[in-house]
Amino acid sequence: MKKKLRIGRIFLYVMLIIGALICLMPLYWLIRSALMDMSQIFQRNPIVWIPKPFVWTNFGDALSELPFNLYFTNSAIITFACLVGVVVSSSFCAFAFSRLKWRGRNFWFVCIMSSMMLPYAVTMIPTFIGWQKLGLYGTYYPLIVPAFFGGGAFNIFLLRQFYMTLPKELDEAAIVDGASYPRIWAQIVLPLSHSALIVVGLFAFLNTWNDFLAPLIYCSNDKQYTVALGLQLFKGMYNARWEYLMAASAVAFLPCLIAFALGQKYFIEGIALTGVKG
Amino acid sequence: MFSAARAPARSLKRSGLETQQAHWGVIFALPAILGFLIFTLGPMLASLVLSFTDYKPISTEINFVGLQNYLTLFKGDDFFFYKSLRVTIYYVILSVPLAIVVSFLMAMVLNKNIVAKGFFRSVFYLPTMVPIVATAMIWTWLLDPDMGLLNETLRMVGLPTSKWIYAENTAVPSFAIINLWTSGGTMIIFLAGLQGVPRTLYEAIDVDGGNAWHKFLHITVPMMTPTIFYNTVMGFISGFQIFTQTYIMTQGGPNNATLFYCYYIYRTGFNNQYMGLASAIAWVLFVIILVITLLLFKSSNSWVYYAGGED
Repeated sequence: MKKKLRIGRIFLYVMLIIGALICLMPLYWLIRSALMDMSQIFQRNPIVWIPKPFVWTNFGDALSELPFNLYFTNSAIITFACLVGVVVSSSFCAFAFSRLKWRGRNFWFVCIMSSMMLPYAVTMIPTFIGWQKLGLYGTYYPLIVPAFFGGGAFNIFLLRQFYMTLPKELDEAAIVDGASYPRIWAQIVLPLSHSALIVVGLFAFLNTWNDFLAPLIYCSNDKQYTVALGLQLFKGMYNARWEYLMAASAVAFLPCLIAFALGQKYFIEGIALTGVKG
Repeated sequence: MFSAARAPARSLKRSGLETQQAHWGVIFALPAILGFLIFTLGPMLASLVLSFTDYKPISTEINFVGLQNYLTLFKGDDFFFYKSLRVTIYYVILSVPLAIVVSFLMAMVLNKNIVAKGFFRSVFYLPTMVPIVATAMIWTWLLDPDMGLLNETLRMVGLPTSKWIYAENTAVPSFAIINLWTSGGTMIIFLAGLQGVPRTLYEAIDVDGGNAWHKFLHITVPMMTPTIFYNTVMGFISGFQIFTQTYIMTQGGPNNATLFYCYYIYRTGFNNQYMGLASAIAWVLFVIILVITLLLFKSSNSWVYYAGGED
């Protein structure tokens, strides 16, 4: 019985380690390749695991081939604006769907949730034409403005789940003290839900930073490009310069890695929250 | 007597509160409602209208052509339509079950009493953080037929190599593998679901003399059906929307083997400027996803178990 248990344990750890290796290997390969010079990267048989020497200049060289500092600034502007829009707007709306009773609440909630299932491709063309008719094609408005209108069904859902766990007596006590609902939202609900807001903020950050299709459609010239678009442009120009492509990709990944490191506790809880009562 | 006198006053206050909530509720929900109308419902209807026209952004003329666009698609006049549909369905059927099964197994392993649980959980989730463009770059490099790590490893251990994304028959499976690499989120949701299964149920199996397999089959799977259902629906929906990977890695090739549906819409609408036709293609996708989701929901009655039956 004991022996059987031990074999089971060993099997578990073997599976875990294989899984972890599969997850980490591509990332290791990314860093490895980013630090190699061109002659070494094409060496094979045996596989070279560690760069020799470490070519740190790849990062500088790759990033100066294209105006990547401009792309980073562009991405940062769009991401920051969307982050603010999503966090404020989704927490605002989630308040209505969790702690207030009003006519049509369930109807609108179902409508908004159903939009989560709608592929972006279905609304993409008319939305594009709309922005174009407004003369805003080639600006960042199409990328930013939608974030302020509800901040995405997913985020509203996530925050609503969280708000519903806060005791209702809080609101009632505040009402007795003469507080209005906007004040309850700003001074009671928001401070209590900061961990959920961090999750929403992190998701907003990642989604905007990593978005490819929307900037692809709305950026009319390469001065407006985001990091994701810049990478794609770069790939077209230096098809076989893997060390540069990997260096640039690693730099694009870095902000996400930092966000993950800072908020991973919140992240994992946040994702779990969406699935449990989905 | 006393309480009877107080009752009307209370209900008056209540109703005052109710009108306040009714006001503020609409105001607080307004951004989301407007967002739904402006960015979802409106464009959807506009897309439907456009799908009956020959709209091209470069020409000023716009004509209603009736069902022409749909006929072009279904009669096979646009060769790419059925091709793209087949390729996308193949991808979804391959990648969704693969991601579900593997994520579920890994979540079960993580749910056991193991050391460094947090570390492994983070490691499995890490790939989903990588920007899709960077993911596409990394995998293009890993899957390179001549120089890539994968083929190099296969050669080393004496296994046959593959052309991966550069051959028609392996391109879609390659994308399914990449999708698997980024399905850490699915695993985390499974893990949360597993942690919610009451221990007492497993103890009951112990009492009855059942083994681990019985526990899996009679407790874990039934209790997890809501989570499996959620992940399946979300997997299907996002599977149909695969775009960036094919845009960067294959541009729909080789020989249209990865002409995924959203890429096909993009190409028709933005590269070729047939926005009317592209809207029709998009509406077909909408109907497909709607039907699949409804079928999944309908079938869920017979296989999804909700504890307490509250939903």
